[in-house]
Amino acid sequence: MMLPVHYLFSTGVFFIILLTVTALYCILFSRNLIRILIGLELLTKAVTLLIALAGYITGHMALAQTMIITLIVIEVVVIAVAAGIVIGAQRHNQSLDVRTLRNLKG
Amino acid sequence: MIIDVFYPVLLFLLLLAGIWTVMTLNLLKSAIGLALTSAILALLLFRMDAPLAGVFELSVCAGLITVVFISAISLTKPLEGAEAQARDRSRIKRFIYLPIIVAIVGGILYALHPHLDLFLPPDSLETDVRQVLWNVRRLDLVGQILIILAGVFGVVILFKDRADTKGGTKS
Repeated sequence: MMLPVHYLFSTGVFFIILLTVTALYCILFSRNLIRILIGLELLTKAVTLLIALAGYITGHMALAQTMIITLIVIEVVVIAVAAGIVIGAQRHNQSLDVRTLRNLKG
Repeated sequence: MIIDVFYPVLLFLLLLAGIWTVMTLNLLKSAIGLALTSAILALLLFRMDAPLAGVFELSVCAGLITVVFISAISLTKPLEGAEAQARDRSRIKRFIYLPIIVAIVGGILYALHPHLDLFLPPDSLETDVRQVLWNVRRLDLVGQILIILAGVFGVVILFKDRADTKGGTKS
């Protein structure tokens, strides 16, 4: 059974907003650095879905797919570098708690 | 159109996996939950006529990024004993409100039922992903390659610094 475009858009945006709220809650209330990165990842999932939905509805799926590929590439680079920084911070402070970063100087 | 009645079900599963990822106490389970979220998103992309994006999402996000997270978790030392218990209690207190907030936001959105204007432009001239990627967005690819290089150099410098500090060969 096919669904009308407006229904697809509204339902999609509804769940995208809820996923964004979940990700933002994770970023704001987590104290663990790895969990903050996981929240960031969830946020990019919501953005990916939004781009795909926009492309699907407007009929520009090819353009949307290339945008998603670019987003994924950026996402991987950010996570790889951030994971390296997190490991470095953990070895320096012996903790993954974001509050220990307040002690950093320079 | 491939989208059908499974679309809202998949969206709901995506949200559920996202909430589980955030709320679970174990960090490893959290990383696996993220992979599950990516897999569901890949399924959605496949159903939305975006197979290439779906393959990228499945292989890179559900695969590579999960490996990066699990490696980072295994390279760091977890808390143990009383400290871990205190951390878990504090975490439960902070995250118990998440499902309530999501339900409230969902309820508000459902009650307001905002009218979202849909501007539908004419179909794109380019319908092939390869044409768009190599012809329309050629310059963006250069930026993409530069970002990858920046990431590689970033990781190399981070690990080089650590090796130097450990060995004490350089100041």
